[in-house]
Amino acid sequence: MSLKNNENLRDEVLRMSGVNPRKCMRCGKCSATCPSYDEMEYHPHQFVYMVETGDIGPLMNSQSLYKCLSCFACVDRCPREVEPAKLVEALRLAAERRQGGDHMTPGMITELWNEDLPQQAVVSAMRKYKK
Amino acid sequence: MQRIGVFVCWCGSNIAGTVDVQAVSDALKNEPGVVFSTNYQYMCSQAGQNMIKDAIAEYKLTGIVICSCSPRMHEATFRKTAESAGINPYMVEIANIREQCSWVHKDKETGTEKAIILGRTAIAKVNLNAPLTAGETPVTKRALVIGGGIAGIQTALDIADAGFQVDIVEKKPTIGGKMTQLDKTFPTLDCAACILTPKMVDVAQNENIRIFSYSEVKEVKGFVGNFDVKITKHARYVKEDVCTGCGLCTEKCPMKKVPNEHNLGMDTRSAIYIPFAQAVPKVATIDPDYCNMLKNGKCGLCSKICAAGAIDYTQKDEEIEEKYGAIVVATGYNPISLDKFDEFAYNQSKDVVTSLELERLMNAAGPTGGTLLRPSDGKHPHTIVMVQCVGSRCSAGARKGKEYCSKICCMYTAKHAMLIRDKYPDTEVYVFYIDVRTPGKNFDEFYRRAVEEYGVHYIKGMVGKVSPEGDILKVQGSDLITNEQIHIDADMVVLAAAIEPDKSARPLATMLTASMDTNDFFTEAHPKLRPVESPTAGVYLSGACQGPKDIPETVAQAGAAASKVIGLLCKDSLKNNPCIAHSDEMMCNGCSCCEKVCAYGAITYVDKEFRMPDRTTQIRRVSQVNPAVCQGCGACTVACPSGAMNLYGFANEQIIAEVDAICR
Amino acid sequence: MQVEGYRPLIVAFCCNWCSYAGADLAGNNRLSYPADVKIIRVPCSCRVNPMFILRAFQRGADGVILCGCHPGDCHYTTGNFYTRRRMALLFSMLDYLGIERERTRVEWVSAAEGAKFAATMNDFARKVAELGENKRLEDLRCKQ
Repeated sequence: MSLKNNENLRDEVLRMSGVNPRKCMRCGKCSATCPSYDEMEYHPHQFVYMVETGDIGPLMNSQSLYKCLSCFACVDRCPREVEPAKLVEALRLAAERRQGGDHMTPGMITELWNEDLPQQAVVSAMRKYKK
Repeated sequence: MQRIGVFVCWCGSNIAGTVDVQAVSDALKNEPGVVFSTNYQYMCSQAGQNMIKDAIAEYKLTGIVICSCSPRMHEATFRKTAESAGINPYMVEIANIREQCSWVHKDKETGTEKAIILGRTAIAKVNLNAPLTAGETPVTKRALVIGGGIAGIQTALDIADAGFQVDIVEKKPTIGGKMTQLDKTFPTLDCAACILTPKMVDVAQNENIRIFSYSEVKEVKGFVGNFDVKITKHARYVKEDVCTGCGLCTEKCPMKKVPNEHNLGMDTRSAIYIPFAQAVPKVATIDPDYCNMLKNGKCGLCSKICAAGAIDYTQKDEEIEEKYGAIVVATGYNPISLDKFDEFAYNQSKDVVTSLELERLMNAAGPTGGTLLRPSDGKHPHTIVMVQCVGSRCSAGARKGKEYCSKICCMYTAKHAMLIRDKYPDTEVYVFYIDVRTPGKNFDEFYRRAVEEYGVHYIKGMVGKVSPEGDILKVQGSDLITNEQIHIDADMVVLAAAIEPDKSARPLATMLTASMDTNDFFTEAHPKLRPVESPTAGVYLSGACQGPKDIPETVAQAGAAASKVIGLLCKDSLKNNPCIAHSDEMMCNGCSCCEKVCAYGAITYVDKEFRMPDRTTQIRRVSQVNPAVCQGCGACTVACPSGAMNLYGFANEQIIAEVDAICR
Repeated sequence: MQVEGYRPLIVAFCCNWCSYAGADLAGNNRLSYPADVKIIRVPCSCRVNPMFILRAFQRGADGVILCGCHPGDCHYTTGNFYTRRRMALLFSMLDYLGIERERTRVEWVSAAEGAKFAATMNDFARKVAELGENKRLEDLRCKQ
C-alpha cells in the first residue's frame, strides 16, 4: 500500500491531531529534546516535515510510531506550538485503525525489546494498542 | 451666494476620450452659483492656470470647481493658483472625472453623465465652502530626549550641534545605556567603551545639553511644539553639583554586599556607588534599599569622609517642569527573562549565562577582569555551547518568548565565538543555530571568518535540554544535517536571549499618546517613508524602542530623528491643517463623548461663562478643540450627540449637500 | 422588482488615505466598475455620520458603501474601529427598517488595492441591481 501523497490520510491525520505542520520553522528542538530519539528511525522533526510533504507511507509502516513515549517534551518546548507528539499519536491511531484488531500482541514484545529501550515505551504501547 | 467658476479639463484624450467635456461644461453652467464654465485641454498647464486666474478676475469668482484628475494629484496646484489670484485656497474643489470616471468607464454616454453628476456634487460642496486659514502655533525651541543610551546620546548631540537646547532624561544614575556593558562591537571588533565614553563626555561638556540622570518622566501634556513635561528627579542623597566623583565613599562604605547591576549581579558593589569608572555624571548615588544610614539611621560614614561635603541624607525627590517643542523616545531594550525556559537550566546553574552576562565576563572592567572564567568555580572553560534564538521567533500562542527575530543575536554570537577562539584557542565553541541571519555590511563575511578562520562549530539545530551534572553541563541537541541527536559535555552554556522593549516604554507611550505594537515597540508614522516619527506629531523615535537594532542602525536612526527634530525646532511657528474639528459652544452640552473618541487628546473641556437671554450669566462646561493637535479625522463629529462638533472642509452640511447632489 | 433599463444609484464614501487612493489606483489600472457608483471623499471613514447614509436612502439611493483603511492601518490610528462599531449598529437598525443588508456594506480597501476596489464595486453594484429600486426610506417630497 503506497501512501505517498495520500491526501485523504494526510487530512485525516491533521484533523485528528489538530496539528498544523506549516507552523514549523525547522529548528529541530523537538528532536533535540526527544528522550527516545536514538530508538526512532524517523525523528520528531521528520514526522512534521514528512506529514507536511504528504510522505506519510514510510511513517505509517515505521516502528518509530511505537517508540514515542508520549512524554510531550517536544510539545512543551516547541517554540512554534507545532506539537509533534500529537502528530505521532494521530499517525499511530491511523495505523491502528487501518490494521484492525489487536495491533500489538505480547508476542511482539520480545521482537521489539532491547536493553536500551525504556520499559515505559512498551508498557505505554501495550496499554494503548491492545484492543 | 458664491460666484463659482467651473473648469473642465480634457487631460488630452485621457478625459475627453470617454467624456464629452463640452457637454459637461455646458450642463454645469446651469447649476446654482455657477457664473462661468469652460473646458480646456490641460487645466494644470501654465496656460490653463492663467485661464483660471483670468476668470477669477473677470467674473469676480469666489469659488472654483475643477473637473479633472484626482485631488491627490493636483489639488495643491490649483489651490496655489487660486491663492495667487486672490481667493482663499480652500475655496477650490476638485471633481475627480479621470481616475474615478473616464478611466474606469468605457461608454461615453454614461461617462459624460457621471462626470456631470460629479461636477454638480463638487459645485454643491463649494457653495457651502468657507475660507479657511491655517492657524499657527509657536514652537518651544528645546527638545527632550527620553533615554540616555547610545540612541539618546547621539540624538542629543546632533540636536545640540545645531544650536538647540536638549535635555536628556535617564532613569539610571549614569547615561550610556546597554552599550557601556558591551565588550567589543561587531563586525569591526572595536571596543565599545572606547567609542562610547568620548561621546558621553561630549554630552557632559556640551553647553546645550542638560542631563537629568536618576530621573523619570512623570507627566506629558501639550502637543507638537508645546509639550509641558514633568520630570521626577529621584533623590540620590548626594549633591550632584558638589560631588567630585573621587570615589572615596564607595571604598569606605561598610555595606559592600549589594548586587552590582552593571555587572548583572555577578559581583557586588557598595551601598553608595558610582556605576562604573567612566560614568556621566560622575557622581555617587546612595542606594536607599541597602544604606544603613537611610534604613535605620546608623552609619553616616560617607558623610564623615566626604571632603566636599556632598552627602545629604535628607534629600527628597525633586519635580522639574519644563516646556519642550519636540520629544525623542530612546528607551531602548532589555534581554527577556528566561524564567519560562527552564530546559536551558538558566536558573539552576551559574555557568548558564546570557550573552549580555558573557559580555561582562569578557570585559576588562567586568567581574573577572576580562579573563573568561566560569562564574561557578572560576575555572577556565574548555567547551562552550552557544544557543541562538532563545525566546526569539516563538509563535504567539506559545506564551513564552517573542514572535519577532531579535536581529542582533546572530552577529554577537559570532563575535563571542570568534573572540573566545582568538583568546583561548584550546576552548571549543559550538553554536546551535536555526538560521544565521547576517544582512548588513560586512556581516556575513564576519560570520564566515568565525567559521573558517577561527574554527567555531556551527550546528544546524537546536538545544533541547541542558542538565547540570556535577561541574559539567550536559547539553542535548539536534543536528538536522546529519540527522542525529548530539550530546555535548559543556563547561559553559551561553544563551542568546531575545530582547524586548524596556518596561518603562508602555506607560510612557500612554503619556505621549504614541502608539505601540503588540510587542510594546513604538510604531512609526509610516513603516517605509516615516521611520523615525511616531504617528503623534512632535514625538520621534530613536533606537531599539522602535524595533531590534544594532549600534550602527541605532546611531543612524538617532541622527535621522535629530534631523527631524531640528527641522521642527528651526521653525518659529507651525502651520496647522485648517480642516479640523470645531465645536459650537452654544450647542455643546458638555457630555465628553468627543473627548473620549479623540485619538490625539485634542479636545479639552473648559468652564465658560455664557450670557443668557434673560441677561443672567451661566457657567457651562463646553468642549474646545486644540487646532494644533487636531488632525481632522472627524471621529468626534459623529460621536457628538448634540451636533455641536463639526469639521472645517468636510462639514456635515457639505457632505449632505454632496449626497443630495448625487441622489438628485 | 427589476425594471427594464434600471440602473441603481450607489453612494460610496471613501476615506482620503486608503480607499480614495485605492479608487484612484483602480482608475490608473483602468479596472472598470459600473458608473452607478459615485464616490464622496471624506478624511476618514469615521467621519461618516450615520445621518449621511440615512440621508442617501431618503434621497433615493439604492445602496451605500463605506470604504476605509484596513483595521489597524487607519491614518488616524483608531478611526475605522469607530466606523466598524457604528456601522454594525446602523446596519442592524436599517435591517429592522426593512432595508436589505445587501444595500449597505463596509469594506476595507487599502491604497494598494485597486483591484479589490473595482471587484468590490462590481460585486456591490450587481447585488444592489438584483434587489432593484429602494423605496423603503425614500422621501418623495425631496424629489424634484
